[in-house]
Amino acid sequence: MTRKTGFKDTISRLFIGNAVPIMFIILIAFAIPLSGFSSGYLIQEMVTRLGRDSFLVLSLLLPIMAGMGLNFGIVLGAMSGQIGIILVTNWGISGVGGLFLAMAVATPLAVLMGWIAGVVLNRAKGREMVTSLILGYFINGVYQLVVLYIMGKIIPIKNSAIVLSRGYGIRNAIDLKGMRQSLDKLIPLKIGDIPIPVATFIFIALLCLFIWWFAKTKLGHDMRAVGQDMAVAEDSGIKVERTRIIAIILSTVLACYGQIIFLQNIGTLNTYNSHDQTATFAVAALLIGGASVVRASIPNVFIGVILFHLMFVVAPVAGKELMGSAMIGEYFRVFVSYGIIAVSIVLYSWKRVKERERARRSLRGTKEL
Amino acid sequence: MNSIRRFIEKAGWPRIIIAMLLLSLFIVAPSVGVRVDQSITDTIVRFGMNGILVLGMVPMVQTGCGLNFGLPLGIIAGLLGATISIELGLTGLAGFAGAMVLAAPFALLFGWSYGKLLNRVKGDEMMIATYVGFSSVSFMCMMWMLLPYHSSKMIWGYGGAGLRTTISLEGFWLHILDNFLTVRIGSNFMFPTGMILFFAFMALIMWAFFHTKTGTAMTAVGSNPDYARAAGINVDKMRTISVIMSTVYGAIGILVFQQSFGFIQLYNGPFFMALPAVAAILIGGASVNKANITNVVIGTILFQGILTMTPSVINSAIQSDLSEVVRIIVSDGMIVYALTRVTRKSR
Repeated sequence: MTRKTGFKDTISRLFIGNAVPIMFIILIAFAIPLSGFSSGYLIQEMVTRLGRDSFLVLSLLLPIMAGMGLNFGIVLGAMSGQIGIILVTNWGISGVGGLFLAMAVATPLAVLMGWIAGVVLNRAKGREMVTSLILGYFINGVYQLVVLYIMGKIIPIKNSAIVLSRGYGIRNAIDLKGMRQSLDKLIPLKIGDIPIPVATFIFIALLCLFIWWFAKTKLGHDMRAVGQDMAVAEDSGIKVERTRIIAIILSTVLACYGQIIFLQNIGTLNTYNSHDQTATFAVAALLIGGASVVRASIPNVFIGVILFHLMFVVAPVAGKELMGSAMIGEYFRVFVSYGIIAVSIVLYSWKRVKERERARRSLRGTKEL
Repeated sequence: MNSIRRFIEKAGWPRIIIAMLLLSLFIVAPSVGVRVDQSITDTIVRFGMNGILVLGMVPMVQTGCGLNFGLPLGIIAGLLGATISIELGLTGLAGFAGAMVLAAPFALLFGWSYGKLLNRVKGDEMMIATYVGFSSVSFMCMMWMLLPYHSSKMIWGYGGAGLRTTISLEGFWLHILDNFLTVRIGSNFMFPTGMILFFAFMALIMWAFFHTKTGTAMTAVGSNPDYARAAGINVDKMRTISVIMSTVYGAIGILVFQQSFGFIQLYNGPFFMALPAVAAILIGGASVNKANITNVVIGTILFQGILTMTPSVINSAIQSDLSEVVRIIVSDGMIVYALTRVTRKSR
């Protein structure tokens, strides 16, 4: 084999392996000039959105490692985080202190939610993704019951700014005045005109380090073994169900922190909607970054967040220029989020079915011999 | 005592709890000023509206394709039929029949390709169905704006292009089934004979189909695919037929739903329409791999009954509208319960 074909081979493998991100880069390369945004604006947006969303997307990694697929149940963590924020706002504690207190208050709740999700998913092996999705909807119902009816009645809420005028239930939108960008601006730094959320990035870097370190621990190895083959892992003495529950609990707790970071950047909590799209957008971003249902890495997260949000910013304006309507662009980006998830799961599942068939055929072959 | 226990085992706890809840709501209703006859009418009407959509779950469950979370695909076919029928200026019975006839080719095409897709992803049908549903709805959101419709009844008044989010059926085929042979007793009780007859007709077709040779082969595929293949049944073909059937029932189901509801809901309307239908059939006692028409009837009555009664009764009793929360908790709780049960059985 000459060096040239080897080179070609690597290139083609690179393209096939990263088809999704490359497709997106091409798509965005067309859309950016159409939208007419300046590069300065886009860079600023991307820096903001990297800080806002990376943490949430990172929280998806551990369940993938444990072979549980895309954890749509991260909304459970997001809702825990929101309850933490509501309580802290009620107590009137603001600033970074409030933010960390919200995390501390929400942690036990997120652990509980993660444990529930883990137990449920252990009973639905082989269909974790759809179960985690519907479980998210279900817990959303419970969340609404708590926030809309129990808060202010059974859980005392004194702050009239967040309680509905009827005396109980939380308002639709809560202004997080004291907390807004408290973490982003904790360590102020500007490069040119672009403010850099240094503290948030430090947080994200710490999480990356944690995940990197965690993968090397005994538990991390166990998790990957469980992800590869549950039966083999069980035989080699790994407590499969326990390991899976731990993966989901960690994911839920991280998503809880991720949602709090997300909300401090946005500055307003839409009590009943903020968590609606959390899972869809995080999953779509991760997949656009080149991850699959069984394999995801830290670079996938950052590439995905950048590409997904570039599309998100650019699509409405490009749609307006191209079709004369901003709504088209908005529908387009929603379509892409759902479409990319559909395509990724189809590809993964198709491959699995084919592998199963191949395994069966090879088994038959040895028998005949 | 033993027979009670056997009954509970057969009916399953969730179904009994929900039936009890519904019964107690009906008992409490008069004391909080809610008319029982009005509530029964509402329950029957909503049963008729949703029945065929729920019926559309049966074929796919029977062939082992799981719960049809991709129902929005069938709904989209129905919406295309309805809008084209209006575009052609059809009204009354001709409009309603025209909508069905026009929806059919779309439903067949969508169902066929959706079935082919599901054959390649055995084992992950439900997750993929969900996202096929979501992405097709959001794709159609763009199409509703771009497709060349001209009827002034449907497009936005300003701009002159793109369909409205809701289109009234007033003057087209509003209540065409509801008002057929309607029985009225007093001012509060109404029985929508036409709609119930139509449901019975659609259920009969399905029942008859499952007693043909193809129908039995489909059931065989669902209960044991390996055995079915050994018996010379083309498993993939049977699965495709079941998906097409489910999609066609979804298309017809939404048309029946709309003629009673009064509006065509486009854009994000069909997004979450699969969940109530899935929940209804599960409440009726179906599981992820077994369902029949009795499950559909019982489930739809129970689920729609709860949905009818909770807003009126609870609202009058404690002065706050819990209905949305109750709907989410009952329907999604039921689906999660069903998803966790099936693996325990199969393991």
